[in-house]
This record gives sequence, structure tokens and C-alpha cells, in this order.
Amino acid sequence: MKKFLLIPFALLQLMGQSALLALGQIWVNKTRSVLTTLGIIIGVSSVSAVIAAMHGMNAKIMENFEIFGTKKIFLWPEQPASGPKKNVDWWQIRFRQEQFEDILEHCPSVEFISFISDTRNTLSRYTDRTVESVRVRGVQASWFKIENRSIVMGRPFSLLDETQGRKVCIISANLRDKLNMDRECVGETIVLGYTNFLVIGLLEDKPAMMFGNMGETQYEVYIPFRTATKGADSWFSVTASCKSAAVAEEAKAELQFFLRRTRHIQPGEPDTFRVFLMENEVQQFKKVMGMITLVAFGIVSISLLVGGIGIMNIMLVSVSERTREIGLRKAVGARPAAILTQFLVEAVVLCLFGGVIGIAIGHLFAWMISRTAPLMQSTQIPAWAVMLSFGFAVAVGVIFGMFPAIKAARLNPIDALRHE
Amino acid sequence: MDASSNQSSPVVIRITNLTRTYRIGSEKVQALRGISLEVHKNEYVAVMGHSGSGKSTLMNLLGCLDQADAGMYHLNGINTTRMNASGLAHVRNQQIGFVFQSFELLPRISALKNVELPLIYSKTPFWSRRKLAAQALERVGLGDRMHHKPNQLSGGEKQRVAVARALVGQPSILLADEPTGNLDSATSEGIMQLFERLYAEGQTIIMVTHEADVAAHARRIVRMRDGQIYSDLPAEQDPDCLRFKSKASSAQTEAR
Ligand SMILES: Nc1ncnc2c1ncn2[C@@H]1O[C@H](COP(=O)(O)OP(=O)(O)OP(=O)(O)O)[C@@H](O)[C@H]1O
Ligand SMILES: [Mg+2]
Repeated sequence: MKKFLLIPFALLQLMGQSALLALGQIWVNKTRSVLTTLGIIIGVSSVSAVIAAMHGMNAKIMENFEIFGTKKIFLWPEQPASGPKKNVDWWQIRFRQEQFEDILEHCPSVEFISFISDTRNTLSRYTDRTVESVRVRGVQASWFKIENRSIVMGRPFSLLDETQGRKVCIISANLRDKLNMDRECVGETIVLGYTNFLVIGLLEDKPAMMFGNMGETQYEVYIPFRTATKGADSWFSVTASCKSAAVAEEAKAELQFFLRRTRHIQPGEPDTFRVFLMENEVQQFKKVMGMITLVAFGIVSISLLVGGIGIMNIMLVSVSERTREIGLRKAVGARPAAILTQFLVEAVVLCLFGGVIGIAIGHLFAWMISRTAPLMQSTQIPAWAVMLSFGFAVAVGVIFGMFPAIKAARLNPIDALRHE
Repeated sequence: MDASSNQSSPVVIRITNLTRTYRIGSEKVQALRGISLEVHKNEYVAVMGHSGSGKSTLMNLLGCLDQADAGMYHLNGINTTRMNASGLAHVRNQQIGFVFQSFELLPRISALKNVELPLIYSKTPFWSRRKLAAQALERVGLGDRMHHKPNQLSGGEKQRVAVARALVGQPSILLADEPTGNLDSATSEGIMQLFERLYAEGQTIIMVTHEADVAAHARRIVRMRDGQIYSDLPAEQDPDCLRFKSKASSAQTEAR
């Protein structure tokens, strides 16, 4: 029993000893060790820098997708790429409100849907203050839910506001401040164009995003859809949201099926509208990121391969330099497995040494990248990448150290001792 | 004629019809041509012979550093003939202490670390290694040179370290291939005194030597020629050694 317990202990002891021996060996041949592990150092530092940059960018972009909303669906009329309606007049294929009647009952994966009618930038005025270009959009009450915009003060559009096309509006906080209105602006009246509107609600400002508004502040005003169209048959687009990102494709199919029926598109004819999923864009982005990662790994594995060959070379040199030592160790009772362990551990320690330096340089790179652009702000080597790098270093050590180690282990003690 | 036949202590080494042929390309050198030998516990054997007679080849086989082409080798009753590299390494570690002509110390580590080396490959836990190594060094009279590197030691001291390393695992035989070959005669004498003491403490010793005065310290002289043993006599009966033996003993009586 005692003997049984001693075996793994002896192996651990041997490995510890080999590691110390290897560190000593590295210390003795400092320059050589650094030069040898250069491949590993470059490999590990570049992989960790690339992963850090990608990781940071990915996080930033995903965060923006989240802000923008990954469940969103956009619908707009579009001329088909082929078929008889190829060059049809835009006005002929416009959306009509009746085409969307009862759509939610028929599309179970769709959560909300809202018509949007964009007007040109309008002048807005409050007492003596004016703001030149305000984006006034006619939307339905569900739009705020789709866009995840909360009304912090006042109320959303009521059914009556919408059916009667009342002259009410919901404005963004930045417009309130720009117009120098009271903080409690609900109940005040502002002029949009030439019409008076009652402010019934206040919206939180849009969270800052990298893309889209290009840093320029957007003053937003929302009025009921019916108020915007004045009940007339006008051009509009549609925004919807699916119940979860997972059912995005189903929602798209349901909407397509429903609209083809209500727009009387014959089977076999192409769509005259477009259903655009935000989720698709997210998937696309993830795919591209995945490709870049793959390419990065390819490049890195080539540099690790080159590094590994360097390790193998130096280990072969080490074995032949120390043939007499190997012979002596064998003569005093080192088993082949012990010699194998010693040289494998030495190769692994050498690679880990390169790995540590590589990670350090990688951190430096990551820090430098994080300074270059706001998109790269959160560049940082994630813990798993550090582990992965060390894993790779160990693997390279074992794989490329194996051949020299086997060579050492197979040496005949007498021949080794006789080696000059 | 067998010098060991009258001994009653247990047999440590028994080889029968050992042969060893070296091949270099198509050329063959028969270094050992069927050697048989028995060595008992606490014997002190000197192997002599001309250069190329196969002494080193024999020692390497006895030390399990090499394997014979044919014949049998029993060490303490265990047949080593068919052992693999790992099994032989274990036997070397546990049963054999080998002293080389050129010392074979690792240059970068201290005397103490050199002596510890065999213990690394035994199951001796690291906390007791240092003590055992220090004891072995004291046994060879180098208690005050433990932390010296090999290049800070004289030839004789180096060979003492090598002997300490051979002894640290308490082997059943001490094998020495020309242990004094690189030393001057005064230093050689010191090593021989050490062997004498080890022998007195019960160590079984086999050494190879060219020099009759060194061989004279042994109790049994085995002579080889062309890979065969042609004479195996107690030292008192060996004509060549007798002169030194008598000289040494007369010197001893004079000293008294
Ligand atoms: N590795 C080898 N390869 C080929 N031949 C060898 C080898 N080792 C020894 N020999 C040959 O075997 C024969 C015996 O050699 P060995 O070394 O045993 O002699 P020795 O008695 O120890 O000689 P010396 O007294 O010079 O040390 C010699 O003829 C030698 O040339
Ligand atoms: Mg020899």
C-alpha cells in the first residue's frame, strides 16, 4: 500500500526536479533560450493581442446591437429583382394599412408592430425659442415598446389619440432642454411647422451609439401615426419585434406569408416588400468574427509550428551536448522514462517561459490597441485566452520535445558515456 | 582452479559462458568469448589483463550497463539476462555502484548534489537525500568539501566523490574500472586505502587495473587475455602481485 502511494509521488518529485533543472538550464543559456523561444513568444503575444482586440471589439459591437435591439424587424416595400413587377412604380407597391389588419393574430412569433410615417425635418417652436430641424415621426403606441424607449414623464399615446388623430406629441428630453422648456413640460404646447401640439409625454434620450447619428444630436418628436398621415393613404414603413431573438426567422416567415396573402402575390411570384431581421445582422457579424478568429488561429498555429521546430532543434542540441550527462544519469539508475520526463519537462518549461514572455508582450499590445480608437476601448486579454496560450505552449513543448526526449531516453548508457 | 570455491558466504555474482561481440559495419570484434565467474559477498577482486583483453567489456556487463549476446548473468540470484532497459536501470540503481576511470561527475553541481544523483532515481524522498549524501561523503573523507564544484576539487577528491556516489545507494557490489587510471601513485594509494576500508566494512569490490601494486590490495586476482579468463588466484598465490604484497606487509610491519 505504501509502495503504491509512493509511485505517483516519485513521479511528481521527478517532474519538480526536472523543472528546477530546466530552469537552471534556461538560466545558464539565457540568450539561447530567448532566441529559441522567439517563435513561441511571437505566436503567443500575437494570438493574445488579436484575441484581445477581437474580444473588445465584439463586446463593443454586441453592446451596440443590444442597445439597437436584436429583436427588431423592419418592413418596407421593395421592387422585386425579377418578374413582371420588376420596374413597377413605387407608389403601386406601397404598404396599405388594411394589408396589416389582424396581423398579430396570424403571426404568433411577432410581439409588436407599428406603422412609421417619417416627415421631413420640421421647425419647432416654444414661446420665443426655435429649433430648426426636428425629426417628427408618426408612430403607433407599440413603437415605444419595439424600440425599448421608456416614457419617463407623462403618458404614451392612447387609443383615442390614435383613432382621432389628435394633435399630441411626445418629445425627447434634449429637445425640451433645447427649447428651454420647464422640466415638467407635459401639458405645454409647442409649434411644429404651423400647427400647435400638446406635449403629453417625455422620452429618455437615445443611448449613445457608435453608428447612425454620427455624434450629431437628434431632436425627436413623435406624434400619432394617424395625425401624421391625416387619415390619407400615404407612404409608410413598418417596424415590428419578435418575441425573442430565437424565433426571429419564424417571425420573418410568418410576416412574409401573411403579407403575400394580403398583397395578393401569386405563388411563384417574388415578394414586393422586404422583411429585414436585425438578428440576421447579428448572425452575420458573429459569422465574420468567427472567420477572423479562424484566420487568426491559422496564422498563430503557423507561428507556433515554427516556434515548435525551434524548440525541437534546441532540444536536439541539448541532448547531444549532454549525452555524457545522460549516460551518467542512466548509469546511476535513471530509467528511460525518467530521462524522457526530464527532457519533456525541459521543453515544456522552455515553452512556458516563452509563453509567459509572450503573454506579457500581448498585454502590452492590448494596452496599446486599447488606446487607438474608442471602438477598441475595452481591448483586454480574456482569462480564457491566457489559459489557452499556456495550453498551446505546453502542447508545443510536449509535441516538439517528444522526439529529442525519446532520442535521449533510448540512448545506451555505455555509448552515451563514451560520447566525446 | 577457482579461488572462490573455498568461500561459504552467499554468491553475489554468477556469470556463465558470457559472450559479447561488437560489430562495426561488417567487422566483428569478439570482446568476450565465454566467460564464467562467481563472486561471493565481501570479496575483493582485481581484474587484470592487457589492453583490449575485454576487462571494460566485462565490467560493463557486470554493471548492467550493457547486455551480453549469450550466456547468463545472475546478480544476487536474479537473472538479469532478459531484462529491459527499465529493469536494468532499476538494478543499477539498487544493486550496483560504478566508479569510472574519468570520474564522470556532473560539472555544474556541487559534490553533494553529485552524490545525491542516484537517490533521485530511487524512491528516496528528497528530505532524506541530503543527509544520506552527506554521510556518504563523510565516509570517503570529504565531509569538508561538500559544496565544492568538481572543478574546485583535485583528481583524488573527484574520485572520492565518485566513490561516495557509488556507495550512497548501499549497493551490493562496488565496480571500479581503472579507478586510479587518471591519478598519480600517491593519490592512487589513498583511493586504495579507502577501498581497503570499505572492504573491511563488508563491501564487495571488483576493480579493473593495469598496475600490479594496485591489484596487490585485492584478495583475488582474475587475469584476462583475448576475452577469456586464464588465471583466477588468491592474491597470495599470484606471482606478480606477491612482490608488492610482501613489500606492503613488510612496510606495514616496519611501520609498527
Ligand atoms: N564500443 C565498441 N565498439 C567496438 N569495439 C569495441 C567497443 N568497445 C570495445 N571494443 C573492442 O573490444 C575489445 C575489448 O575492449 P575493452 O574495452 O573491453 O578492453 P580493455 O581490456 O578494457 O582494454 P583497456 O585496458 O585498454 O581498457 C577491444 O578489442 C576493443 O577494440
Ligand atoms: Mg578498459
